[in-house]
Amino acid sequence: MSTLTVGTISEKVTDAGVSVDGVTLKDGELGTSASPVAINSSSLNGGQFGGRRNIVINGAMQVAQRGTSVTSISTEGYKTVDRFKWTMDNTSAVFTHSQSTDVPTGEGFGNSFKVDVTTADTSLASGNQTRFEYRFEGQDVQQLAKGTSNAKKVTLSFWVKAYQTGTYVVNIHDTDNSRLIAKTYTVNSSATWEYKTITFDGDTTGTLNNDNNLSLVLHWYLGAGSDYTSGTLATSWESFTNANRAVGQTVDIATSTSNYWQITGIQMEVGEQATPFEHRSFGEELGLCQRYYFENVGKNFGGIAPETNRVLVDGLFPQRMRTSPTLTAFSNDGTTGKCSRSLDNSNITVTSFNGQSADGIHQILGTFVQNAGYYLGVKADAEL
Amino acid sequence: MQNYSITFCKYVKDPITETNISILATIDGVENLCVPLDPANRHYEEILKQVAEGTLTIEEAD
Repeated sequence: MSTLTVGTISEKVTDAGVSVDGVTLKDGELGTSASPVAINSSSLNGGQFGGRRNIVINGAMQVAQRGTSVTSISTEGYKTVDRFKWTMDNTSAVFTHSQSTDVPTGEGFGNSFKVDVTTADTSLASGNQTRFEYRFEGQDVQQLAKGTSNAKKVTLSFWVKAYQTGTYVVNIHDTDNSRLIAKTYTVNSSATWEYKTITFDGDTTGTLNNDNNLSLVLHWYLGAGSDYTSGTLATSWESFTNANRAVGQTVDIATSTSNYWQITGIQMEVGEQATPFEHRSFGEELGLCQRYYFENVGKNFGGIAPETNRVLVDGLFPQRMRTSPTLTAFSNDGTTGKCSRSLDNSNITVTSFNGQSADGIHQILGTFVQNAGYYLGVKADAEL
Repeated sequence: MQNYSITFCKYVKDPITETNISILATIDGVENLCVPLDPANRHYEEILKQVAEGTLTIEEAD
């Protein structure tokens, strides 16, 4: 192979440009309008190609409607940052969750999720599993073309910081077809933000239901007993088997109150390339989160009692929710199961909601004064 | 798999139509939850699952 070194190559014929192996360079542009060329690159200016690649909502942990810190956690559920669920089985450990402001430097994040251990459990039971989860509606993951010959690979990327170094496992669980794939990542340095990317194969078996119900779950394992580690890690899609879920997980977060685990910048996108995180505005993320959870305690819906057994409220949610939510009433002073009478701000028991839907509430039931005004706040939960 | 602790579970009737309209429940220690009779609601789904397993009974409405 020979090398030609020159300072400038100029067109020989005016306005003809210069041709290099079929590609025309002319007037500072590549190709011509008459003969456009395709550009294949994994990155343009080091930034994202364009709109909506991240299938995960609230991956930057911006939204925490339920609160920014919850202590004494000993049960599963949605605790702080929206859309992310905590699961813990067969452990006596106790945790604190928080929306932290500790973030990777220079990456544009303002928040991370943090779990701290406040009561340790040094005995790892066989049935123990401690996990951080994200749950997808089926209609939001149709782009994976799962269960077809054109099934897409997906790439998961995130920033993680942990006290414990070692191997951790991430699963994708297809709940529609009871299928599983698992990969590992390594935390190399204690107390240091590290960027991880994991690509999962497409699955030509098992189509995902195109509806508003649960279809896929991402699981970040933080501890796993032998029930989940005694098989062979499911590095390719296979029928769901507990023993193959977390093989190789060396870390159990519950072992010491020194332990913690943090994560932010979670992105899952179609393809084999992890592109830079798709930052979205707080308002946009809040709206996306409110499809699954909404609360307005202290801000209130209001209505009048046409009869003594009901109040017409007709309060609309800010977003149509995934499905009719589980509702909790709150009086103005934050008492659960109550509403407030506008005349004297007294708390009145709400025995039930009636006629609610994914769009809002319609009536509350109880014992009221006819034609009096009442108001209440609600927590509405339509999580997966 | 969900793993909720349901310690109270009772139907609520519409006072006019006398039909069941929701379930008043205590789930994972959270009281006064009004669960709609909607199979896509995760709490109702779990209630139905535990009823089918024989570990939970829904009390009739007053």
